[in-house]
Parts: sequence; C-alpha cells; structure tokens
Amino acid sequence: MTVDKEMLAQFLLRMGDNTLVLGHRVSEWCGHAPILEEDIALANTALDLIGQTQLWLGHAADVMGEGKSADDLAFLRDVWDFRNVLLLELPNGDFGQTLMRQFLFDAFQSILLPRLMKSTDAEVAAIAAKASKEAAYHVERSADTVVGLGDGTEESHARMQAALEYLWPYVGEMFASDEVDAAMAAAGIAPDPATLRDEYDALVGKVLAEATLSIPSDGFAHKGGRSGKMHTEHLGHMLTQMQWLQRAYPGNTW
Amino acid sequence: MYAQMIKTARSGVKSREEMTDQERAFQDKVDRDIKIEPQDWMPDDYRATLIRQMGQHAHSEVVGQLPEGNWITRAPTLERKAILLAKVQDEAGHGLYLYSAAETLGESRDELVRLLHEGRMKYSSIFNYPTLNWADIGAVGWLVDGAAIVNQVALQRTSYGPYSRAMIRICKEESFHARQGYHAIMKMAFGSPEQKKMAQDAVNRLWFPAIMMFGPNDSESTHSEQSMAWKIKVKSNDELRQQFVDQTIPQIEYLGLELPDPGIKWNEERGHYDFSDPDWSEFFDVIKGNGPCNVDRLKDRVKAWDDGAWVRDGLMAHAEKKRARKVAAE
Repeated sequence: MTVDKEMLAQFLLRMGDNTLVLGHRVSEWCGHAPILEEDIALANTALDLIGQTQLWLGHAADVMGEGKSADDLAFLRDVWDFRNVLLLELPNGDFGQTLMRQFLFDAFQSILLPRLMKSTDAEVAAIAAKASKEAAYHVERSADTVVGLGDGTEESHARMQAALEYLWPYVGEMFASDEVDAAMAAAGIAPDPATLRDEYDALVGKVLAEATLSIPSDGFAHKGGRSGKMHTEHLGHMLTQMQWLQRAYPGNTW
Repeated sequence: MYAQMIKTARSGVKSREEMTDQERAFQDKVDRDIKIEPQDWMPDDYRATLIRQMGQHAHSEVVGQLPEGNWITRAPTLERKAILLAKVQDEAGHGLYLYSAAETLGESRDELVRLLHEGRMKYSSIFNYPTLNWADIGAVGWLVDGAAIVNQVALQRTSYGPYSRAMIRICKEESFHARQGYHAIMKMAFGSPEQKKMAQDAVNRLWFPAIMMFGPNDSESTHSEQSMAWKIKVKSNDELRQQFVDQTIPQIEYLGLELPDPGIKWNEERGHYDFSDPDWSEFFDVIKGNGPCNVDRLKDRVKAWDDGAWVRDGLMAHAEKKRARKVAAE
C-alpha cells in the first residue's frame, strides 16, 4: 500500500521534533546538575536524542524531496512548522520536573519504538531498532529516578507530586490520534498511538505507585503541538537560541 | 591540565641523608619508575600534594563544562551539537575518574567539592575566560584541550598509579576533542568572511590564556622541585609551554589566520619558536579570583550544588528505605 508522502513526512517530523526539542531542553542542564553523575547522564540522554533527531529529520527531508537536510528542518523552520508534543517544549523547571517529563516521554517511546521496528517502511524500522535500545535504558534510568525521588524525603516527594500535576495534562496529547496516524496505521508504518494507551497507563501507573505519587484524576489534555495548531509560548524562545547562528549567518557551513 | 601553581606541601627537597629508611625506599621506587599504588606507604606531603593536584584537575573538568555549555543550546548544526554534548559528557566523566583517583588517597569527593565552593581550592585559570562566539568552542577544543594534552601526555608517566592510568584514558579522549575542535575552526577559517572573523577573534582572545595554562615561568615557579623529584610533575612549565607553541603555530598558519602575538618568530638557533611572555599580572589576577568569569563560574557551581541538595537527599533517603525494607524482609 502506498502512503501519502505528506502524511509520512508529518509523521517523521513528529518523531524528529520530539527528540529535537527534548534533546535541546535536556542539554540546557549542562554543568548544572545536582551531582556529577547526573551531569553525565543528562548529556548522554541529550546526545542520544540529538542522534535520533538526525535520523528522523534526515528521513523526513528525504521523503519531502525538496533537497533539504535534517539541519534545514531543525534550524530553518518556524514555530508553526514544529510537530513535537507540547510536553517536551515546556521549560525544565527543577531537576524533578525534568526527570518526570523525561519519564513520561521515555515510557511512551519504550512502547512505541519496538513496534516501529516492524514498520513496513524499512528506514523507520532501522531508526527504531537503534532508538529503541536507547529508549530502553532511558526509561530504566528515568523510572528509577522518579521512584527514588517520589519515595525519598518529604520535600522530594512534594516536588515530584507537583511536577506530575504540572505535566500530566500534557500526557494525553501523545495518544490523540488524527488522520496522519490513521494513514500510518493503514500503511503498516506505525501503530495508531491511541492503541498504546493501555500499555502506557499500566507501565506509568506501576512506576508512579512505586514512587508513592498519585496521578491526577482530571483527564484533561492540552493539544496543539503534534498538529502544529497551537504551541506554547515557550517554543519560540527555544528557537531563538537554537536557530540563532543559522539565521544570523544564512548559507554558511559549520 | 588544568592543574596550576600546585603548592608542594613541603619546601625544598630532602637529601638522601635527611630521609628516613621508609622515605628512601619510597624515593628509590619513584626513581626506578615503579608506580606508587594506594596501599603503598607514601610521605604525607606526597599524598597532600597529589590530592591538591588531582582535586584541582577534577574541579577544572567540572567547571570546564560551563563555558562549553554556554554554546550547546546555540550549536549551529545537529552534528556540532552532538559533538559538543559528547565532549562535555567526556569532561564530566574525567572529573569523575579524577575525584575517584583522589579518593584512593583518602580524600572524599564531597570534601574536595566543599573546598572548591568555599574558594579554598582552584580550577584552571582558562575557564575563567568567556566563550563569546561559536569559534571559541572550536578554539577551546583545539587550543585548550591541545594544551591540556601536552601536559597530560607527560603526566601519563607520573609516579602515582591511579593518576597515571586516569591520564592515559583521558588523553585518548582529549586528542579526539582537539581534532574535532580544529575541524570546527577550520570550517570557519575557510568559510565566509564573518566566520573567518569569528575564528580570528577566538584565536586572538584565547592564545595568551591558553599558554598561561602551563603556569608561571620556571624562574617564578617556586613549588616545582619536590614535585619533580617525586615525579608528580614530569616536565617543567616552560618546557611544556614551548612544546605547545611549537606544535600550534603551524596549525594557525595552516588556517590562514594572523598570528595572535607579533613576537612569534622561528628561532633557527634554538630550533623553536620564540614568543612573547603573556601578561603575568593578568594571570595572577585571574588566579586571585579577578578573571572575567571567576565570580559567575563559582556562583553557578555553588547554585547547582545547593539547588540539587533535595535531589541528593531524596535519593539517599530512598536508598536507606530500600535497604531497611530488604533487611525487614529477610
């Protein structure tokens, strides 16, 4: 079954923009972590995510067929062209909020990526094969940290509960499927994310219970990132930094 | 490198006659290039000097993340961003090896960090300079890591086993950084006029701070003699500086950049480049805390440590709970 190129490109941008935006956010920690081991872990996580971005956006650029590169997509698009979920563009907050966000995303990736390894798109399957190994240890680390801090001191527990309450309304967007997802599912390229929700809730529920944290009962979900309809105010500020050199000195090679 | 002006914990070198039997046996081992290991007897001053040197080196790796982190969020391509992330990850890893190596001498990492934060221990002067344009990141890899390598290759032969082994591993990674840094600045030196301007600006600003990394001239270096006898230090400041200058000038010329010092001239007779002395009053100002970034760098580190207290406490409390639950279950 042939798939609409534009739809496929949208799917790939969603994958690549997620890793790009989160990789950027995590890299903002450089040199400021609570302990040296965490500086290493944060840089390592950011590095994995940026590496995955090169692959996802590289494939997106190929599918788009306009002669663009992964760098063109990362550094020369404006906010309205980004397709990451809102969760990942939110500011880092404290270390607890950063690791809670990481866990909520890692859990999603650790379920999605192994399925993408069976994608009918050989390139998607190959990228997923590499990325799923990284996601497996990312989720192990972020889950451990969430448990350690949730079930740590009174203060660490309170901070983690606050982080969860702030971030939880952004979780639902990862599963809010639309016509792009329907097309990917029909072509066997990717599963409809809505079908991953039960597995996600089971994994996240288990870890958060171990962390002695309570999932907010309100099921409201902010949306607008993966469709590009409405990002948060935060993304534009991120792009002013990320894209500055490419914008100020157009056409140069670095 | 990253260890400068390490005050040897003793003044003057003891003659063989002044040494105890234990000290003589120790010195014989050092003289025969047999590595000193953590469980071996060693003079207290040897231990204290090494802790100071390795601690300062570790602190430099950690603080060194900050000037590079300053550009991670503005790296111009995904590849450059990945390279820079890998580099800072390596630096933090070097910090970890070195703190661990210092722990083998009985000094905890927490104590060394406390001394740094109280301003009682230093890190290399170079990290008190700002990174102002993207070429600085190339120049830091090429010149700063390049200078560090010159020092650290010599230190691979240092007498203390754990330090020597850490240096061997660190040098491999630093060589990688230096090549990647040179590659980044090469792109700019051969790029657009604006990029070339950035490259020249970086070399001009960082040249003298880089050659200051080796510490004061030998004639002013008061603490070296005992460290040399103990092989904590293997080559003199001026020897190392000359080696760095000799290897770096052809690299600047290859880039087609102007030399950052009008005093640089090949000296046929010596078989080395002549070069101007840096402004040592600036060096001593930086060492005393008056460099362009000293206050901000230390403030950043102290803030990171203080802000992270709840995380460290939380994780420790959890580990304790887990242990108690395990004991209760047994």
